[in-house]
Amino acid sequence: MTQRNVSCGKPLAVFVQGVGLLGPGLINWEQGQRCLSGSLPYEVHPSVLPLPMALPPAERRRAGAVIKVSLAVGQEAVAASGLDAVSLPSVFSSSSGDAVNCHEICSALASSDRLISPTRFHNSVHNASSGYWSISSGAMASSSVLCAHDASFSAGLLEAMTQVVIEDKPVLLVVYDTNYPEPLHVKRPVPDTLGVALVLSPRRDDHSLALIALKDTGYLTTAAPNVMDNAALELLRQSIPAARALPLLQAIALGQSTPLVLAYLNDAHLALEVTPC
Amino acid sequence: MLLNEGVTLLDSRICYYFTLYRSARPSVNPLWVSHFTATSSIGCGLTSTLAAMRQQHSGLAPCAFDTVDLPTFIGAVAGVDDVQLPVALSEFDCRNNRLAYLGLIQDAFSEAVHAAARRYGAHRVGIFLGTSTSGILQTELAYRRRAPVSGALPADFVYDRTHNTYSVADFARTYFGLSGPAFVVSSACSSSAKVFASAHRMMSAGLIDAAVVGGVDSLCLTTLYGFNSLGLLSAQPCRPFDVARDGISIGEAAAFALLERLPDRLKEDAVVLLGVGESIDAHHMSSPHPEGLGARMAMQQALDTAQLTSADIGYINLHGTATPSNDAAETKAVAALFGADTPCSSTKGATGHTLGAAGGLEAVLCALALQNKLLPGGVNTQQLDPLLPLNYLLDNREQALDCVLSNSFGFGGTNCSLIFGGPARGNT
Repeated sequence: MTQRNVSCGKPLAVFVQGVGLLGPGLINWEQGQRCLSGSLPYEVHPSVLPLPMALPPAERRRAGAVIKVSLAVGQEAVAASGLDAVSLPSVFSSSSGDAVNCHEICSALASSDRLISPTRFHNSVHNASSGYWSISSGAMASSSVLCAHDASFSAGLLEAMTQVVIEDKPVLLVVYDTNYPEPLHVKRPVPDTLGVALVLSPRRDDHSLALIALKDTGYLTTAAPNVMDNAALELLRQSIPAARALPLLQAIALGQSTPLVLAYLNDAHLALEVTPC
Repeated sequence: MLLNEGVTLLDSRICYYFTLYRSARPSVNPLWVSHFTATSSIGCGLTSTLAAMRQQHSGLAPCAFDTVDLPTFIGAVAGVDDVQLPVALSEFDCRNNRLAYLGLIQDAFSEAVHAAARRYGAHRVGIFLGTSTSGILQTELAYRRRAPVSGALPADFVYDRTHNTYSVADFARTYFGLSGPAFVVSSACSSSAKVFASAHRMMSAGLIDAAVVGGVDSLCLTTLYGFNSLGLLSAQPCRPFDVARDGISIGEAAAFALLERLPDRLKEDAVVLLGVGESIDAHHMSSPHPEGLGARMAMQQALDTAQLTSADIGYINLHGTATPSNDAAETKAVAALFGADTPCSSTKGATGHTLGAAGGLEAVLCALALQNKLLPGGVNTQQLDPLLPLNYLLDNREQALDCVLSNSFGFGGTNCSLIFGGPARGNT
């Protein structure tokens, strides 16, 4: 058995090769980074989700918000990275699956007629986004699909960074959440859809935007996470779990070297260093 | 693999993908599976599980779960309804977390995790669990109690601690007082196999020193009526690889393992995680790739990372769901890599398909097979399908095993293969 020395003491560091962003008032990374850097006022508008044209017509017709947002941000990040989606392993993370779909299933199961549609059922799996991504892109490499409730962005980031370093190849990270309809909304008040995608690589090249490194003095911290100065962006950060990524995206947009505490689990946030390329 | 004359489009695609994804698959350092436990319809804990394996006992029975009116068989765990969570954790109360708790307190597993937390520090122990439906039953039940006019859900329904997909890892992490990294993997029926891969990477990267992995999935109406809508539920106890197989029987289970780095010397009955392979079909949401392409890639990658060849594998625990399409596609994938001789079986005739817990449960069954030199014969299968030419075991076989492979595939085309071995593999 070959012993590979990849462990202990070496801080995990990855290059950001491409970003995808879609959410309330955030059309894409090009516009979003200007909102985050302050060069464009941030105005809250409901998320506008594009049709997933990469899917066959039947699947496209039945695609819910989860599939639309995850494919849109994934494609944007991959296109920016200059890499071929077919060769990229992926990490998908979300605080939940498709809540609209879940509401329909639970409503049917509580009725006298418990028939649910097969499509609704197979779209209810948490890995629907990963499945449709692979079908649309042809990517057959590994795809991790995670949930960590409000901690889902940092959980996905940690998994993706680990994969990049251990497997020594680029990885696509896609994190998203969609709105919750009533009556679930009262219990889980996620107001709208937001997706973030990052292509992360072990190597720097012309596409590299920033270096993200886990702090070598300890990657988990009880220190309070960074927040957004802009009140509307801070509200967004707090109300949609995937938007916990905003301080990281802002650091990338500003092109500044900065330490960053990114919200993760209550007692263990991620301590990062972000350096522009 | 060489492209030659007469090659089909599919063959060339397989060659392409194998070239694309096999390049630079690094070997992985083996990990010690220092403790493990399983609770399913064939038994709570290892002693009763092993006894059921020896007797080729099936836990499947006609479905009498809740108000379900489907003509199907299920593998229910006895006594889940009677489980009481520790008072401090009562917000987590739901069938899935009750099953998780029942599983965690078997075989002194909890004590082993507490000892690991003391040894390494609570922040150096990760917890990564697989589930497909988590505590969704709690929401299904709450929807029956909506307020007549407003439609509101009842006040006592706690979404975050029960229904949310992360709930089971949140529960177990809180129960153990761990403060390291945590998440749930929810990739349908490969979930609790893939947690081994995530934990392995975290340990290789030096982020943690030990990991609690496993899976918990419990009976609910979503999966029973959902698989029924797809025509995938059998009206009989499921019969993997049988000529008359006609669908799955849904089961529930909680299975856990504690992963640590290899000690200086492994005991005689030690179990070691040797290889992991993951892929995705890129084919269809609820049907496997007809040639088993993704499954084959996952198995090959598991062999590559373990630095083994197919000849080193003494037993394959098949995904073997007993749907016509799964067993046919899996046969093609296994036959392409292993030929027709490697002993194999599906344990789903005994336990039912425990969905997001299947990978973890079958990893534990593989560990028992290694420790007890017991190749489990498939249960319920009466007449092997002649179109599935594998060495499918119908009877138990007592034989020392060096290495075993376990397959877990799922909706979305997700595939994961794990390879476990005995102490000889870890000590080399």
